[in-house]
Amino acid sequence: MKPTDIGNPNYFHKVVDCQWACPAHTPVPEYIRLIAAGRYADAYMVNWKSNVFPGILGRTCDRPCEPACRRGRVEEEPVAICRLKRVAADYKGDVSARMPAPAASKNGKRVACIGAGPASLTVARDLAPLGYDVTVYDGSERAGGMIRSQIPKFRLPEEVIDEEVGYILNQGVNFKSGTWVNSLKDILAEKYDAVFVGTGAPRGRDLNIPGRKEAAEHIHIGIDWLSSVAFGHIEKIAKRVIVLGGGNTAMDCCRSSKRLGGEEVTVIVRSSFEEMKASPWEKEDAQHEGIPILNFMVPKTFEHDNGKLTGMTFETVRAEYDAKGRRSLVPTGEPDKFVAADAVLIAVGQENAFPWIERDIGLEFNEWDMPKLNEETFQSTIPNVFFGGDAALGPKNIIWAVAHGHEAAVSIDKFLHADSLEERPLPQVSVTSQKMGIHEWSYDNDVSNDHRFKVPLKDLKLALANIKVEVELGFDQKLALAEAERCLNCDVQTVFTDKLCIECDACVDICPVDCINFTANGEEVEVRATLRAPSTDTSQDLYVSGPLKTERVMIKDENVCLHCGLCAERCPTGAWDMQKYLMEMEHAGPGCRSKRAGARAA
Amino acid sequence: MTYIAKPKLNHPQAAVNTLGFTRRHYEGTISTLCAGCGHDSISGAIIQAFFELSIEPHRVAKLSGIGCSSKTPTYFLGGSHGFNSVHGRMPSVLTGANLANRDLIYLGVSGDGDSASIGFGQFGHSIRRGVNMLYVVENNGVYGLTKGQFSATADQGSKSKKGAINSDSPIDLVSVAMQLGATFVARSFSGDKTQLVPLLKAAIQHKGAAFIDVLSPCVAFNNHGGSTKSYDYLREHNEAVNRLDFIPKRDEITTDYAPGTVEDIEQHDGSVVRLHKVAEDYDPYDRIAAMNYLQAHAAAGELVTGLLYLDREPEDLHAHLGTVKAPLNSLGDKELCPGAKALDAINASLR
Repeated sequence: MKPTDIGNPNYFHKVVDCQWACPAHTPVPEYIRLIAAGRYADAYMVNWKSNVFPGILGRTCDRPCEPACRRGRVEEEPVAICRLKRVAADYKGDVSARMPAPAASKNGKRVACIGAGPASLTVARDLAPLGYDVTVYDGSERAGGMIRSQIPKFRLPEEVIDEEVGYILNQGVNFKSGTWVNSLKDILAEKYDAVFVGTGAPRGRDLNIPGRKEAAEHIHIGIDWLSSVAFGHIEKIAKRVIVLGGGNTAMDCCRSSKRLGGEEVTVIVRSSFEEMKASPWEKEDAQHEGIPILNFMVPKTFEHDNGKLTGMTFETVRAEYDAKGRRSLVPTGEPDKFVAADAVLIAVGQENAFPWIERDIGLEFNEWDMPKLNEETFQSTIPNVFFGGDAALGPKNIIWAVAHGHEAAVSIDKFLHADSLEERPLPQVSVTSQKMGIHEWSYDNDVSNDHRFKVPLKDLKLALANIKVEVELGFDQKLALAEAERCLNCDVQTVFTDKLCIECDACVDICPVDCINFTANGEEVEVRATLRAPSTDTSQDLYVSGPLKTERVMIKDENVCLHCGLCAERCPTGAWDMQKYLMEMEHAGPGCRSKRAGARAA
Repeated sequence: MTYIAKPKLNHPQAAVNTLGFTRRHYEGTISTLCAGCGHDSISGAIIQAFFELSIEPHRVAKLSGIGCSSKTPTYFLGGSHGFNSVHGRMPSVLTGANLANRDLIYLGVSGDGDSASIGFGQFGHSIRRGVNMLYVVENNGVYGLTKGQFSATADQGSKSKKGAINSDSPIDLVSVAMQLGATFVARSFSGDKTQLVPLLKAAIQHKGAAFIDVLSPCVAFNNHGGSTKSYDYLREHNEAVNRLDFIPKRDEITTDYAPGTVEDIEQHDGSVVRLHKVAEDYDPYDRIAAMNYLQAHAAAGELVTGLLYLDREPEDLHAHLGTVKAPLNSLGDKELCPGAKALDAINASLR
């Protein structure tokens, strides 16, 4: 194997599993350390810079960081990264003075954002402080998009949305509320320099089975129903409710029903419990509220009595897997099951819909009726029209919308400075030694043995009594500190200097997880087989040094390194050092443009 | 020294031995020795050896004297019996313990000061009596705890960190042990665990006085250009005469080697030590020839390492004395007071 090039920013980035997994690449360990230090406002700003909605995401994020967390590989559960983010938001105090001021002077470029969801708002936040004249259109009175219309208030209080949306709109962004855009042609006619489409995936999938039309009055599309609830148009539901679907929307529907008068609320899913699309913790939350989840039941008919819904009939199935592991649901032959109900909420998926984009204006669509895009630049086939969020690549979640927003903002900024869009900016990286004294480091390297702490919940009775009462109380400062201490500080990297090594084995002996080896070099497959501890996860890199005095090389398996720094503490020559690798994505602005850019800008 | 405890979190797929223990079950508390000390590597090798042998830690007694080396038993086998004795007196305490309870595995850990100076006599007598033990000397050639004066094993002509030249003749513990009748004698280097671990395993299973001299650089006072016990010097002058594999059971032997290059030696417990010859002319069963070989190569400035001498049919102190087969603490009133008849028989035999 060749010596590892630690100069490549991706090498150490990948070691920080959480940051690597985060679509917006938020420097997670950095803000967790700040939380541990009680510097909540600083922790909040690290988040805000990267993911724009820390308070919102700290309650609702799909948390791709947590399954990636190294702690989950050396212990049972990952660090509660998401809920620590909420801690930063909860205890930050007033940060308004730290927000960017509206641009002192405009740069003369006008940008329209269609839809006021997380993708558009991210574009607006990135561009407005640079002097762009940004106009955000939305059909609603208030900005937030799906964040406001879909997520029940018992998970995400209105004030949190208002605050974080406010930080963006206060930066001199024009918000055209109550303005439903029904023609892209009209928008283009207004001669914006660039247009960003962040209209989400606004159409809930329907279920056309017998009885659907007849009993329509009692059957609702989940996302439409949720937004009616969010805006106060619906305040009640019947006593017996069936929620169809196994995703997070279904979980929000059933938990909302339970708070609006639903006494017998049942979630019914075609697939197995494990295969349900909902996040494990959302399923857990629903079950905690006494909502049964029935699996392997395929809806057959809506039963009704002259239009009045009486229930639904389901066929029982089981999962069978072919040689390639593809699943098919096969009827078991058992008699159909009838489940009595007065109302049904259909939450079986979301779709994109672009009825408002004319098909003759040069914007091309692909075979799935989605806009043709460059998936890196988010540019459409009309060069100054960009997409992001669910509208770009189909339904995902908020953090992806934010990541798309950042990238699209970079593209727009580069586009309006006549710069190459394909040349993406490199991240900002700093690598700094954490050594303060002989055995002193500027991070806490004493690994906590605590197991993951649970977020305290509101008493169930009180929580179910009012749809606006937030269920999760959030960590208090003491719990937050204890949970923050579980973080392994994976961004504090073990940096090896082969010239200094005397091969005394001190690091090998001290390493608690046997990740350091001095061995003969070879091909990766052979090398992995000879390491001291099993090295089976090939997605985790091996850190390989140059040849040492004995012709051997140092090989470190990054997989379960605890970043405790004991290798560096026991190293007599300083061949090992603990260095903090801080990586921040380059957002729109002068830093994202190449040097020659702007020459042709107007 | 390191202030924090070694994290308890383990490698999720860490190997376990036949007892279900991981290597970490054989660790002690974190070392307080200087970073990079060769002694820590020896502790690591001892941990590895006991782990691989699947020995229950509580079946081991580790004894030591005074010095950097003698501190190390704290850093391995936290679940074993331990005795940190007076300077140079470890061999007597070990001998006594061994006589009282012959069922334990005895590991004596000492240094060049503890064994070649103040405890030289004790060292010699425990060897010549054939105490069933593994006696490890962690040999760095200096008094590390008192800032690096030459010890009795420092080579004549070698330089101290401050520049003084050693004028005294060195004691070669390996030669002494061989001459005094140790039945397993080896020399190794702390920086070569592939050699050291199998030697330790074979020596632990050896039923008799086993002695290993492990050269162990002192990073603080004896790892410089004029030293003959630095990492660089030892690597340059290391002449291994053989390599060992330790194989717990005979039926697991699978690999074939060219005849003449490998020899399997069955131990008393059925395990096998496989000897890979490196120096063709070296015969580890011929004590006189081995001693000559050592002297000749030492004169040429080479440091001979490996399994230097092995008595294939060792005897130990208990065999010499004809002691009772059971540990003393397992003897009950019946065995200890066999009654008037037995006393009469003894008296009669002495008349």
